[in-house]
Amino acid sequence: MKRKIPGAFIIVLALAAFAFAQQNQNLNNVEVHLLPVQGNIYMLVGAGGNMTVQVGKDGVLLVDTQFAALSPKILAAIRTLSTGPIRYIIDTHFHADHTGGNENLRKAGSTITGGNVSFDIRDAGEGAQIIAHENVMNRMPATPAGALPTSTYIGDLKKLFFNGEGIEIIHPPAAHTDGDSIVFFRRSDVISTGDIFLTNSYPIIDLAGGGSIQGTIDALNRLVDMIIPVYGQEGGTLVIPGHGRLSDFGDLLNFREMTIIIRDRIQDMIKKGMTLEQVKAARPTRDYDPLFGTNTGFWTTDMFVEAVYKSLSQKK
Amino acid sequence: MRYVLFLSIMLVCAQAFAQANLEGVWENLTILHEDWPDRLFGPELGDYTGIPLNDAARFRAEAWDASLITLPEYQCRVHPSDYVPSFAAIRIWEERDKDSQQLIAIHTHHFAWGTERTIWMDGRPHPPDYALHTAMGFSTGKWDGDILTVSTTHLKEGWIRRNGVPRSDRATVTEHFIRHAGHLILMTVITDPAYLTEPMVRTRDYVYQENQQIAAYPCEPVDEVIREKGTIPHHLPGTNPFLDEFANAHKLPKEATRGGAETLYPEYEQKLSGKK
Repeated sequence: MKRKIPGAFIIVLALAAFAFAQQNQNLNNVEVHLLPVQGNIYMLVGAGGNMTVQVGKDGVLLVDTQFAALSPKILAAIRTLSTGPIRYIIDTHFHADHTGGNENLRKAGSTITGGNVSFDIRDAGEGAQIIAHENVMNRMPATPAGALPTSTYIGDLKKLFFNGEGIEIIHPPAAHTDGDSIVFFRRSDVISTGDIFLTNSYPIIDLAGGGSIQGTIDALNRLVDMIIPVYGQEGGTLVIPGHGRLSDFGDLLNFREMTIIIRDRIQDMIKKGMTLEQVKAARPTRDYDPLFGTNTGFWTTDMFVEAVYKSLSQKK
Repeated sequence: MRYVLFLSIMLVCAQAFAQANLEGVWENLTILHEDWPDRLFGPELGDYTGIPLNDAARFRAEAWDASLITLPEYQCRVHPSDYVPSFAAIRIWEERDKDSQQLIAIHTHHFAWGTERTIWMDGRPHPPDYALHTAMGFSTGKWDGDILTVSTTHLKEGWIRRNGVPRSDRATVTEHFIRHAGHLILMTVITDPAYLTEPMVRTRDYVYQENQQIAAYPCEPVDEVIREKGTIPHHLPGTNPFLDEFANAHKLPKEATRGGAETLYPEYEQKLSGKK
């Protein structure tokens, strides 16, 4: 008997295969670059998801960690900004291209400890604290203990004050995954979005990882509400996407516009009773394909259309 | 030795004199110009004539709904640097090193939306790909004789025409500022690998203004239409009822109004004639 393999499972396999391939590819030639953003914030570009580096008198805070093989280069780059201890790592979600360096970078840091503790805490300060939404922990069962989050939160918000600024860690439900965190540096006025927002790909909707198209749009709408531009659609709050270039309000609006328009088109096709194959054949993304589409790699245009179709169909 | 020094100074001065002085306020000639619809009223819906757009750009333009610009977050969106010169006056001024008098940058201020841009003249490189893109982009310039040639990258997504024809954030723009006494020609060449099949060329003409001032351009978004959060006005494929208005109003063949490189050249007229 022929068994049908669920599409979501295939997407998870593809994401895992991509991460595995990335982990095992020769990363020796990858260059790590730092881009000053504003305030205390730098964007670190290498391979995998963009990292955010916040530096100041209290030490270093990182958002995401790319791949383990890049950790030495990443550490070297961080040390050009600060010799202070890495105190916090915030994982925007569980995918390996964002968490692969967790263990190495955690070991390179230390947690502030002490206070009202009655047990032996001699080793409690070893390693930086890794903060993530509870669902990130749930999605990383096979991960070495040293790479797992050490502080998880539930609900939709965790607050932190570090390097002279308030930091909001915001959980939008069921967006790219079910464990996403948006990190908002309030004084620097910079937002790290994780893979909810990208500039070089269609939205990656990890259905098996708890993501959805509507959750992605809801998260993008929330980001639109959070950003205050200087004038028009520019300046003010700057945005570090999960992948791609440094952005601001206008870039995020363009990405949201594309996502909503394609959602609407596929929703309309579903209402008309079109099958997934018919929807794919109708090419509802054709006007955006020169910007975001690809037929190769781990997240093709077809996979995006399929994820939207299935996500909207699940809603019924 | 003294002669060599003198000759060197003269050559340097001659080179400097070959560079035009573009400083001042320039008003564009807005009347009876071929780009008039682009300049003030806004183009008609479905008019893609003169644009070498590809199928993806056409499909996107056909989905565009003018109601988009009623959204508060879109109301104050500025015209990108390759489009804003269509509107009213611009001011141009130089930034020079005080001691050496070397030209560091040329700046422009545009009446429309009050945007300002910097054209770096000091030989600095363009930023890396992952740097911020803006409506003005990142521009560097050089003198080709007395013509200022400007190369712009890092543009935010914009538009070729204000009726939905997109210009992508991958586009690069080359401009030539050409001064003839009191007249200034700005030639713009847009290369867009995402939405154009060949470069899009435009020229704008300006007249020097001795006494003109440029007013401020404040913009504050307001709620014009009450909508459900996250609504983006657009036409679903095949449902835009306005696409033929331009062709019908001007008695043009519909296919000719859809643009494309072929329609830019005289041979296309012969092709259309042959169909009749």
